[in-house]
Amino acid sequence: MLIRKGAEASLYLETWHGRKVILKKRLEKKYRIPELDLTVRIQRTKHEPLIIHKAKKAGVPTPIIYMIDIASSTIVMEFVEGNRLKEILDKLSHEERRNLCKRIGVLVGKLHKSGIIHGDLTTSNMILTPEGKIVFIDFGLSEQSFETESRGVDLHLMKRALLSTHFTNAEECFNSIIEGYREVMGGKTEEVLNKIEEIEKRGRYISER
Amino acid sequence: MRNQEGYCLGIESTADDFGVGIVSFKGEILANVNDTYRPEKGGIHPREAARHHARVAERVIMEALRRSGLKPKELSAIAFSQGPGLGPCLRTGATAARALASYLDIPLIGVNHCVAHIEIGKLISGARDPVTLYVSGGNTIVAAFEAGRYRIFGETLDIAVGNCIDVFAREAGLGLGERQPLGRVVEEKAAKGENFIPLPYTVKGMDLSFSGILTATISLLKSGKYQIEDICFSFQETIFSMLTEVTERALAHTEKKEVLLTGGVGSNNRLKEMLKIMAEEHDATFYSVPKEYALDNGAMIAWVGVLSYKYGLTIPINESFVKLKWRLDDVEIPWVEENYAD
Repeated sequence: MLIRKGAEASLYLETWHGRKVILKKRLEKKYRIPELDLTVRIQRTKHEPLIIHKAKKAGVPTPIIYMIDIASSTIVMEFVEGNRLKEILDKLSHEERRNLCKRIGVLVGKLHKSGIIHGDLTTSNMILTPEGKIVFIDFGLSEQSFETESRGVDLHLMKRALLSTHFTNAEECFNSIIEGYREVMGGKTEEVLNKIEEIEKRGRYISER
Repeated sequence: MRNQEGYCLGIESTADDFGVGIVSFKGEILANVNDTYRPEKGGIHPREAARHHARVAERVIMEALRRSGLKPKELSAIAFSQGPGLGPCLRTGATAARALASYLDIPLIGVNHCVAHIEIGKLISGARDPVTLYVSGGNTIVAAFEAGRYRIFGETLDIAVGNCIDVFAREAGLGLGERQPLGRVVEEKAAKGENFIPLPYTVKGMDLSFSGILTATISLLKSGKYQIEDICFSFQETIFSMLTEVTERALAHTEKKEVLLTGGVGSNNRLKEMLKIMAEEHDATFYSVPKEYALDNGAMIAWVGVLSYKYGLTIPINESFVKLKWRLDDVEIPWVEENYAD
C-alpha cells in the first residue's frame, strides 16, 4: 500500500515474511539516461542503510534494515510502531515536552559527534514508540561530515521545522534541544550556535529574521 | 501604485554584456540593444570588460533610443542593474544611469539582476507563478515566489554551472577561433557522444556543487583515454541531471504548476528536454525563454524598472551604490500577488 510519494522515492507499507515493513523504492527518472539513473539510485540505496547502521552504532535508534534490493533500488525496513512527534509534541505537558526535546537534542548530538548529518530533521521524521524510545527515520538526505557548517544547517532546519509546525512552543522546544545537544557536544555547541546565527543572517532564510 | 503611461530605460552591465532596453509601462519592449565584450582569450577580465562598457555606452544608449522612436525627455525613469555582478562592470553601468537620471531629472531605480531574469522570463513566456531555474556563467539558482519574495530553493555551493562548462571547454581547447558560445560547442560535441563515463554527481539536499565534477572531467580529458564527444556527453548528462533533480525537488515542495528555464545555459536543448520530461511527470507546464531575453539584456532591467516605479521603489543618486553580492531573496517583490487562484 502506497503511503507516501516524494520527489525521489515512494514509501509502501507491506507485510514481508509475516512482519510489517516499510518498502522505500527510489523511482526511475526518465530525464536521466538509464546508466546514470541506475548509478544514482544504487548509490543512494546503498548509502542510506549504511548511515542508518552507523547511527545505530552511535546510540541513535533507527529502523532495522531487513533487506536491500539493488536491482529495484528498494530498501525493506522495519515499520516502527508509535506516534510521530509531530502529532504529539504540542499535546504534552510543559515538563514532558521539555524532557522529550532534551532527549532529541542528545540524539542529534550523538549523530553529529559521530559525523552524521541527518539532512531533514523534522518532527515528522522522529517516532516515539510505546516503550518510550525515540526513533529517527528517513536518512535519505543524510551525509557524513564533521564540519560546523553542516551541523549548523542541520540544526537550523530543525528550528525552521519547529517554527512552521509547532509555532507556539518552537522557541522553548529548540532551547531544550540545545540543552540536550550540549550534554553530548559540550564546548562545540557554541560554535554551532554561532554558525546558526550566521546562516540565518545570510538572507536565504530572511522570513525568520 | 502609480498607473500613468510612461517609459523606462534600463541598463544592464553585470558582466560581459552592456545592454540597454526601453520598455513601456504596459510591458511593450520598444528596444533591446546589446554589445558584448569579447576577450581575445580566456574568461572575462572585469576591468577590461568595464573599459569595453565605457567605450560602447553612448553608442548603445543612442541606438536604443533611436529604435524606440522616443526622445530622451519622454522617458519617465532610468533603471540599472545594481547587482549582483562584477564590480567594475556594475559601476560603469551605474555611472551612465546616474548621469542620465540626473540630466533628465527623472527617478533612478536599482534593479536586482536575478529578479530581472525571472520577471522578463515571465513576461515573454507567459508563465505566471513558476519554479525558475536560472543558469548562467555567474548564477545557478532554483527559485520560486513565496511570501513576498523569490525564495531560493536550491543554488550552487561553489561555482556556477555556466562557469563550469566554460572552464572545461577552454581546458579541452574547444571553440578556438570560433565565434559561438563555448556551451554551444560542448552541446554539439555531446550530441555525438555515445559512451557514458561516470562522473561525480553532487546534490546535497537542494543544493549543488560543480567544482568536483569539473576537476574529474578535466582529469578524464588529460588521461587521453576517452573521445572528446563521450566526455562532453557524460559531462552534460551529469550536470543537467543534477539541475533537473533540484528543480524537481523544488517543484514537489512548492506544488507549483509551472517550470521556467532562463539564463545563458538555458539555451541548451538537452537541458530543455530533461526539464520538459520532469515537468510533465508532475503535470506542470514547461516554459523556456528565447535567447534574446534569456541572456543578459537591457530590456529585463527596464521591465523591472517599470514594475518598481509603479510601487515607488526609486532610489536617490547618493544611495545608489552597487551591490556585488546582492542576493535574490533579499529583494521584496510587491508586484507579484500571492494568490494566483483564477
